[in-house]
Amino acid sequence: MDAALRKRAYAKLRSGAMEALKFLDEKPVVRVGTATCGKAAGALLIRDAFQEEINSKGIDARVVEVGCMGHCYAEPMAIISKPGFTPLCYGNLDEGLVKRLVEDFLLQDDPCYEFAMAALEPNDIFPTFQDFPRGVYEEKIILEYCGLIDPEEIDYYIAWGGYSALDKVLHMDPREVLQIVKASNLRGRGGAGFPAGIKWDVARKAGDGMKYVICNGDEGDPGAFMDRNILESNPHQVIEGMIICAYCVGASQGYIYIRSEYQQAIRRVKKAVRQAREKGLLGDFILGSDFCFDLHVFPGAGAFVCGEGTALVSSMEGGMGIPQYRPPELALSGYLGKPTVLNNVKTFCYIPHIIQKGTKWFKEIGTPGSPGTAVFALAGKIAAPGLVEVPMGTTLRQLIYDVGGGIPGDKKLKAVQIGGPSGGCLPGEALDLPVDFDSLKESGAMMGSGGIIVLNEDDCMVRMARFFLGFTQQESCGKCTFCRLGTRHMLQILDAVTRGEGDMDSLRVLRELAEDVKAGSLCNLGKTAPNPVLTTLKYFFHEYEAHIKEKRCPSLMCPNLIAYFIEPAKCSKLCNVCVGSCPVEAIYTRDDGLKAINQEKCVKCDNCLKTCPPEYSAVIKVSPPDLVREKEREMG
Amino acid sequence: MSRQIVMTIDGRKITSREGEKLLWVALENDIYIPHLCAIKGQNKPFAGCRLCFVEVEGILQPVTACTQPVKAGMSVKTRTPAVDRLVRTAFELILSDHRLNCSRCSKNGSCQLRKIARERGLRLGLERLKPLPEKGQIDDSPRTFVFDPSRCVLCGRCVWADRQVAGVGAIGFSHRGIQRRVTTFAVRNLAESGCIECGLCVEACPVGALFFKEGKPGGKSLTDSI
Repeated sequence: MDAALRKRAYAKLRSGAMEALKFLDEKPVVRVGTATCGKAAGALLIRDAFQEEINSKGIDARVVEVGCMGHCYAEPMAIISKPGFTPLCYGNLDEGLVKRLVEDFLLQDDPCYEFAMAALEPNDIFPTFQDFPRGVYEEKIILEYCGLIDPEEIDYYIAWGGYSALDKVLHMDPREVLQIVKASNLRGRGGAGFPAGIKWDVARKAGDGMKYVICNGDEGDPGAFMDRNILESNPHQVIEGMIICAYCVGASQGYIYIRSEYQQAIRRVKKAVRQAREKGLLGDFILGSDFCFDLHVFPGAGAFVCGEGTALVSSMEGGMGIPQYRPPELALSGYLGKPTVLNNVKTFCYIPHIIQKGTKWFKEIGTPGSPGTAVFALAGKIAAPGLVEVPMGTTLRQLIYDVGGGIPGDKKLKAVQIGGPSGGCLPGEALDLPVDFDSLKESGAMMGSGGIIVLNEDDCMVRMARFFLGFTQQESCGKCTFCRLGTRHMLQILDAVTRGEGDMDSLRVLRELAEDVKAGSLCNLGKTAPNPVLTTLKYFFHEYEAHIKEKRCPSLMCPNLIAYFIEPAKCSKLCNVCVGSCPVEAIYTRDDGLKAINQEKCVKCDNCLKTCPPEYSAVIKVSPPDLVREKEREMG
Repeated sequence: MSRQIVMTIDGRKITSREGEKLLWVALENDIYIPHLCAIKGQNKPFAGCRLCFVEVEGILQPVTACTQPVKAGMSVKTRTPAVDRLVRTAFELILSDHRLNCSRCSKNGSCQLRKIARERGLRLGLERLKPLPEKGQIDDSPRTFVFDPSRCVLCGRCVWADRQVAGVGAIGFSHRGIQRRVTTFAVRNLAESGCIECGLCVEACPVGALFFKEGKPGGKSLTDSI
C-alpha cells in the first residue's frame, strides 16, 4: 500500500473515533473513576446511583467509567461535563450528593460549586487542579489522560490523538526510531534506570529471527500502585509503546505480564488488546503497513520475585519463577532463548510521547541524567496521599510538603521510605535531595518502583526495617544461599532487637550480613533486600542503640519495649470506657474510682489508648516498660 | 569457541579454551575454588551456592567462577579479602542450615563442606550465627539409600542428576524462600514415587543428605570425579 493510502488509514480511524464520541460535546456526561482504588471506596455504588437518578429523572445524559486521577484521598470521584459549563470534578461522593448533583446540575443549571473539587479547564469561576499546591509541581505526561478517558473504549484514546505516534513511526525507518529513543536518554522505569535505547539496540542487532517484546506489569512492592493505575486507566498507551518498540527491534510477538492479583487491569488490558486488533492496530499489516505484531496478556505467576526479569521469563516458559544468573541479558537471550525486550509499564508509556513531541522536549523535563518525569505513589503519614507525576529532580521536600500536603497533625517527619523493599529509609536531613535515579542510588535508597512512604515520629525505624526485610525474606525464591539464609538470619537479629534482646555485637553481625547479602546474592531481589536495613543502620543507628542499650523504643512502637499507663491526674471516675475495651480484663478500678492497668495481664493491644475519650487522654505509652513502676511509685 | 587462550590465575599462566567457565579451568589446573552446586557441562550454571567467588581484574565486585567465561589475558585472583569475606559468610550461612554431626555422617570422608573448610581454613561450625531449626524428616524408604533433608544444602545437583542424567523426574524443588526443599511429587516417600533407585542422585550429592545404606560404594562418586 502506498504512503498516501496508509496515511488515510489512521485519519479514517481518528475521524471514526471522533464521530463515535460526538456525544461528549453534545450531552451531559458523568465520568466515574472505577479503577480498583475507586471501587474500593465505593465507586460502583456511585456509578449505579448516577445511572438510576438519571434514568428516573428521564435526563438524556451518559454515565461513563473512567480510570483514576490519582487523588486517592478524595475517592470516590466523578467528573461532570455539561454543554455550556466547565467540566467539574467532585470528590468524596455519596448517594445523597449524587442525587443533589443530578437534580441541581444536570436537571437545572447549578453546578453546586460548594461540593466541587476542581474544574478541569481554566475558567474565571473555579480553580483547576493546576491551581492546587501540587499542580505547581505536577507535570503529567503518562498520567495525563488517566481518569479522563474510558479505558474500555478505544475510541477515546484515538480521539485524543492516540496511536498517531505509531502511525508516524510506521513511516520511518526502525533505525530512526531507535535513534530517537536513544537520544531521549529514556531510562527504564522499573527501578534500576537502565537506558531503554541501549536495551533496544542490543535486541535490534541480535539477528533477524524471532524476537519478543514483554511489558513487565508484575508490580509487587507494598504500597506501590502506579503500574496498576496506568493499566487500568489508559491501557492503550502501553500497547502503543509496545508496538513501536516491536517495530524498532523487529519483534513480531509481545506479552503484557500483569500481576495476577490485578484482575481488573488484566480484564481491561485484554479488552484493549482485542479492540486494538479489531481496529487493525495489532495483528497483520498494522495500519496498512507491512509490519505485523500481536500481543497477549500473561497473568503473572503470583510471586514477587517474578518481577525480576529472568524469573519472569522462566515463569512464562512454564518453569518455576526463579531467577537465573546474568549474562546473557534478556535482550540477547530471553523468552524461549530469543532476543527479548523487557520494559516496565511506564517505560513503554513514554514512547508515544517522545515520538510525537521529540527528544528535545523530553530532555528539557527532569534532570540531565534522568530526563522526563517520575511517577510516585505517595503513602504513609501524609495529608494527601495519591499518585503524582513530577519532573525528575523534584526534591523530597517539595514532594511531601507541597505535593502531598505535609504531615497531618502536629507530628514531625522522621524519615522517607522510598523504593519499597528494595529501597531505603532516608532521614529528614535528606529532604532537599533532588529525586532521580542517580541521587537516590548514592544515598543508599533506590528509585525502585516509585513508592514513597512518609514516616513520622511515631514510626520505629527498626520495625520499619524489620517489616520490609520480612517481606523480602518471605518473597525470596530460595535458590541462592545469601538471599535464602542471609535474610533469614538478618530477620532473626532484627526480631531480637525489637524485643529488646539484641546486643551490640548482633548489630555488627547484622551489618556484615547485610553487606554480604547485597554483594553476594544471585539476583536483584537479594542484592537490594538489605537496603532498608543498611540505610536505617546508617541514618538511625541511635534507634537501634536505644532498643539494645536502654531496652527502649523511642517511637513507642515495639510491643515488648513499651507499657501502657493510666495517668491518675487525668483519669476520670465517671468514665469506664477503657475497662470495657480491654480484651483481657487487665484494667481495673482502684479504690479511689480511677482506673489502672495490671501490667502482668496487658497484651498491649492499644485499645485503651484508642478508646480513652479525648477530653481525658489519660492513657499513655512509656518505654522502657520499667518506667511504669517508677511512675506508680511517684504517685504513691 | 575452541580458540586457545592464555590467562593467569593467582599469578600462574594457564592455557585454556576461550569461553570455558573459569571454575572448571581452575579445577583442571589444580587450583581449588570452593563450590557445591556446580556441574560440569551444564549449559546454564545453577549459580545458587554462592561459594565460588573470585576476583577478576577489571570487574569491581567478586564474581562467581562457575558463570564467568574465560577470556584471553584475563587475570584472576581466587583469594582476596573481598572474596574470602563472601566465602566465609556463604559457608557459615550454609552450615547454619545443615545438621552438623560429622562423626555420624556416612559422607564424612567425601563431604564437600569438609573439603571447603580444610582448603580455606574455615571453622566447621558457627561463629556469628545461630543454627536454624532442623527441617524435614528422614526418608529411608528406598531399598538402597536414605534422604536426610536436615543435611541438604539445596545445591540442586540431585535434581539435575535425576532429571537430566537419569531422565526419571522423581524429585524436584518445591516451595519458596526458607521453605524451599527437595521433594517428590505430592511429598510421597521416595519408594512410592517414580524413583528407580539408580543411585545417580546419591552420587551427585556433595554432602550427607543422600547416602547409600551400605556406606559409600567404592569411592566412585560423581563429586569426586569433577
